[in-house]
Amino acid sequence: MENISEELIVSGRHIPNVDPYLHVWHWQIPFYLFLGGLAAGILFFAGYFVIAGKEKKMQATVKWAPILAPIVLVIGLLALFWDLKHKLYFWNLYTTIRVESPMSWGAWTLMVITPLSILWVASYMKELFPGWNWKFEILNRIEALLIRYRVVLAWVMMYFAIILGIYTGILLSAFNARPLWNTSILGPLFLVSGFSTGLATTIWISKDAEERKILSRIDLVFILVELFLIIHLFMGFWAGSQTSIEAAKLFLGGPYTVSFWTFVVVLGLIFPAVLEAMELKGFHVPKWIPAALVLFGGIMFRFIMVDAGQISHFIH
Amino acid sequence: MRYSMAIDTKKCVGCGDCVVACQTENNVPHGYCRDWVVENVNGKYPDLHLELRSERCNHCDNAPCVRCCPTGASHIVEGGIVLVTDDKCIGCSACIESCPYDARYVHPEGYVDKCTFCVQRVEKGQNPACVDVCPTYCLHFGDLDDPNSDVSKALKDRQWKVLSPEAGTKPQLYFLI
Repeated sequence: MENISEELIVSGRHIPNVDPYLHVWHWQIPFYLFLGGLAAGILFFAGYFVIAGKEKKMQATVKWAPILAPIVLVIGLLALFWDLKHKLYFWNLYTTIRVESPMSWGAWTLMVITPLSILWVASYMKELFPGWNWKFEILNRIEALLIRYRVVLAWVMMYFAIILGIYTGILLSAFNARPLWNTSILGPLFLVSGFSTGLATTIWISKDAEERKILSRIDLVFILVELFLIIHLFMGFWAGSQTSIEAAKLFLGGPYTVSFWTFVVVLGLIFPAVLEAMELKGFHVPKWIPAALVLFGGIMFRFIMVDAGQISHFIH
Repeated sequence: MRYSMAIDTKKCVGCGDCVVACQTENNVPHGYCRDWVVENVNGKYPDLHLELRSERCNHCDNAPCVRCCPTGASHIVEGGIVLVTDDKCIGCSACIESCPYDARYVHPEGYVDKCTFCVQRVEKGQNPACVDVCPTYCLHFGDLDDPNSDVSKALKDRQWKVLSPEAGTKPQLYFLI
């Protein structure tokens, strides 16, 4: 006969989205985390290559891909709004700054970086579309100002892109109650993963083989760092308390084992890394295949982390 | 002042009166509850140990729900009671994710809801509804800073535990064991 230890709620508790497993965050949150990371990646490298003086060489990175950033951010914001259960009160987010709340940080960061990304795209409109006409003189003057101070804008944008990318991870890691999330490595991991998806998107858009080569090389480094951080994540859990060990078990034999290692690690990281390395060695690989795999891995990673994290819990 | 509750796991019979009293007193929507009874069985048959715990929000001293709330809807009032202001709550559910005791839920009207220690009764000097209705007198409520309060007296002569102290929340429900 074995030792048992069972806990049951005997008074009947079937609260929607809380029992039997916590599932209050549905697809909107991981979808937004994916889009936020992607936009952060696009904007960071757009800013970086302007500061590095490679604007001419990196046309897609600096000018074309950033068009996606505000679109993606607005879709992400809509997903977040969709997720709110008390929607008409959302403005309460913007009547206060709560330093201890990552959700508050995120709301304000988005309020800064979304307009910044629009200004960035606006400053390139005439270069992208030669016939472009702002119609109003004031807009022309703003544009001239943006072009003049573009390097300043690039620095500010890079800075906020890093905050946005890290915050998508910190949003989860700040929850001590969910052991799978409660690790400070999640911030850097989501940042690196987000930047990688941003690079993948740009690679997909770029029509210049030279530019793609530079981006692939950076992406390869990011993928390797991401793999390294994932190993670190599990080492940390394994050396942690019983709650952390139980959280890691969700991926090491538990219900998320197959989906995580197959979709995120093999298909989303190792496979595109091999393809990008082969391409750099001179093999011909269609540009969209590694890019699509990185994006697929990125979205799966966030869905699995958000889902599994809600199941992980403290043991009374 | 520090309101808290002591729950006698040796006296609780798991009748669920506390749950019904709370639902009635607080107009808890159908299918939801702010308190619940947990049955813990451990040991080796036939030497089994049974523990019954009437659980609810722990009104933590270091409340993660208050910390992570982006609007300040979750807040702490005098006596350490953790409350939610419903017209400040946006229903983002961050507090639900942050609670190691799963004591919160989204009210069908959209805001987040949970045990309030029946603040409307406590303000009048009464006990929370669950405490007053318990047929075995296993719930003790009061001010921990007052040595003569019901809860202070209950904790004085008995061993107790709190749930998941390692979560760092400094919970204020004391289970007498």
